[in-house]
Amino acid sequence: MPGRQLLMSFPVTATSHALADYRARGGYATLEKALASMTPQQITAEVTASGLLGHGGAAFAVGRKWSVIRLNDGQPHYLCANADEGEPGTFKDRWILENAPHLLIESMLIASYALQVRNAFVYIRGEFDLPFRRIQGAVDEAYAAGLLGERVLGRDFACDIIVYRGAGSYVCGEASGLITSIEGKRGYPRNRPPRLTVRGLYQRPTVINNVESLANITGIVRDGAEAFRKVGTAKSPGTQLISISGHIAKPGVYEVEYGYPFAKFIHEDCGGVLGGRKLKTIIPGGISTKVLTAAEIEPLKLDHASLAAAGSSMGSGGMIVIAEGTCMVRLLQVLLRFYHHESCGQCTPCREGMGWMHRIIDRIVGGEGRPEDIERLYEISHANDGTTICGMGDAAGYATVGILNKFRDEFEYFIEHKRSRLGGNLEVLPNA
Amino acid sequence: MKHLIPEFDALRARFPATFASSLVLPCVRRIQEDRGFVADSDIDELAGYLGVPRVQIEEVLSYYTMFRRKPIGRWHLQMCRNISCSMRGSERLLAHLETSLGIAAGQTTADGRFTLSTVECLGSCGTAPVLVVNETYHENMDTARIDALLKGLD
Ligand SMILES: Cc1cc2nc3c(=O)[nH]c(=O)nc-3n(C[C@H](O)[C@H](O)[C@H](O)COP(=O)(O)O)c2cc1C
Ligand code: SF4
Ligand code: FES
Repeated sequence: MPGRQLLMSFPVTATSHALADYRARGGYATLEKALASMTPQQITAEVTASGLLGHGGAAFAVGRKWSVIRLNDGQPHYLCANADEGEPGTFKDRWILENAPHLLIESMLIASYALQVRNAFVYIRGEFDLPFRRIQGAVDEAYAAGLLGERVLGRDFACDIIVYRGAGSYVCGEASGLITSIEGKRGYPRNRPPRLTVRGLYQRPTVINNVESLANITGIVRDGAEAFRKVGTAKSPGTQLISISGHIAKPGVYEVEYGYPFAKFIHEDCGGVLGGRKLKTIIPGGISTKVLTAAEIEPLKLDHASLAAAGSSMGSGGMIVIAEGTCMVRLLQVLLRFYHHESCGQCTPCREGMGWMHRIIDRIVGGEGRPEDIERLYEISHANDGTTICGMGDAAGYATVGILNKFRDEFEYFIEHKRSRLGGNLEVLPNA
Repeated sequence: MKHLIPEFDALRARFPATFASSLVLPCVRRIQEDRGFVADSDIDELAGYLGVPRVQIEEVLSYYTMFRRKPIGRWHLQMCRNISCSMRGSERLLAHLETSLGIAAGQTTADGRFTLSTVECLGSCGTAPVLVVNETYHENMDTARIDALLKGLD
């Protein structure tokens, strides 16, 4: 494994997800310690000191988000674990839900104690089957063992967790869309301010964190912020679960210590490109992050600052490897079809822009492209910048601009010759 | 939906008292599991039971891709065609399914056995391509595995 491990540090077996095994690994001892010997403020202070950055895509500091919650303000507070995992290429929260559901529950209990939350939610994407059964099963086990409910561990602390299933909508992974969805409505994102930590679920202060962000809480409270900061880099403490897919020999979920060499991760840990092909480009952190070419990743380290300096981002850790021979025009077509399909339609630039970009790329692929289409795609991508309620409009623009900037020649060729220079291939068979 | 009310009561008891509106999604899902789709009468009865506007339920039904107002085939085959699956052959497998079943994506076979759909990324990219049959993920699919799978579905 690439570097030290904080979350995937135990062997996965047929029973490793169950309560008995989790307890045998020391599970729930940190909750016990927190309830017995720490104040809520001390926990938030520890999380802030750890420098833990959110794993949902935006890398927002978890402690900073928590610090907005005012204890004893007389209102109910809510906590939601974001398990929507909708960003194409991302499947790492699923690993936690399937293999370490009690780590998420223990962490959510500690967070709920720190934030004075009585009702916490796991919002899980509607299609997930095994991950749902695992987390629901773990919640049931925790209730039976007195770890959830009126008196957690027999103490004067009450907390409930409800596993809430989505029903097929990408924007419900966006924090405010998630909230409207838990309210039983269409998952429309909301304008901010007010921030969700001020007015969230049913207008009450609400903290929403990604599953992986929360899963780190137990370790931070157990070992202390200082120990956490010893892993990773100064600006990116800890690790990131990277789910890697596409044209890669060994796809899967890897826990990567921040600062680990990018190229080494791809070529050694993940076995290199499928079928021994050459690397063309990589989407580093879910489709909304800008592509990096093989040459660009060579000197890079896997941490937020390095990827930002290269013009991209760690995003959600959904890494997609693209081999030489893949047609980037067809690839962008798949992405634009997705964004068009998922636009919730509230904002005109996103709704109209996604449809327009999708029509343009379909036209190009259909051999009817016009020379001005490339500039048009740029213009529409930029039109979304900052003008929409949620980040989706922007994300589609970043993805498009990233691909156009680096592979413009493929688009020009397609438009001029009315066909792909690369046979329109997305599937690149081993040594085919 | 009336026979589901005891189940809904139990569900309601687990939510905070002010969260009746939140029950729309889980109740609709349960109704659909039970009947195969959501009928007009279900909407009326659920609106009455939860005390939410009928239009809220209608909006939810039209917004979320997993909900449906009409019955579909006994086996719902859903092929992911997002990026990682496409890069591992899902476009080819979708064409194979269309030929094998004699229908296009979005259609149901005349005998009501199969409905074929395309879906976007299902969080199974590392085991692409993925085909979901009703609720179950079938990962790392290829044509041989699809043929074997179809044979086993009555
Ligand atoms: C369109 C869109 C989709 C998103 N989908 C997810 C998702 O599936 N899972 C997730 O954790 N965050 C997702 N996010 C980010 C959330 O809005 C939010 O920032 C995150 O859950 C906060 O958690 P963190 O601070 O722990 O990272 C999405 C954002 C946007 C704009
Ligand atoms: S940016 Fe797009 S997805 Fe987000 S709220 Fe606006 S229309 Fe909906
Ligand atoms: S692209 Fe098919 S599961 Fe992610």
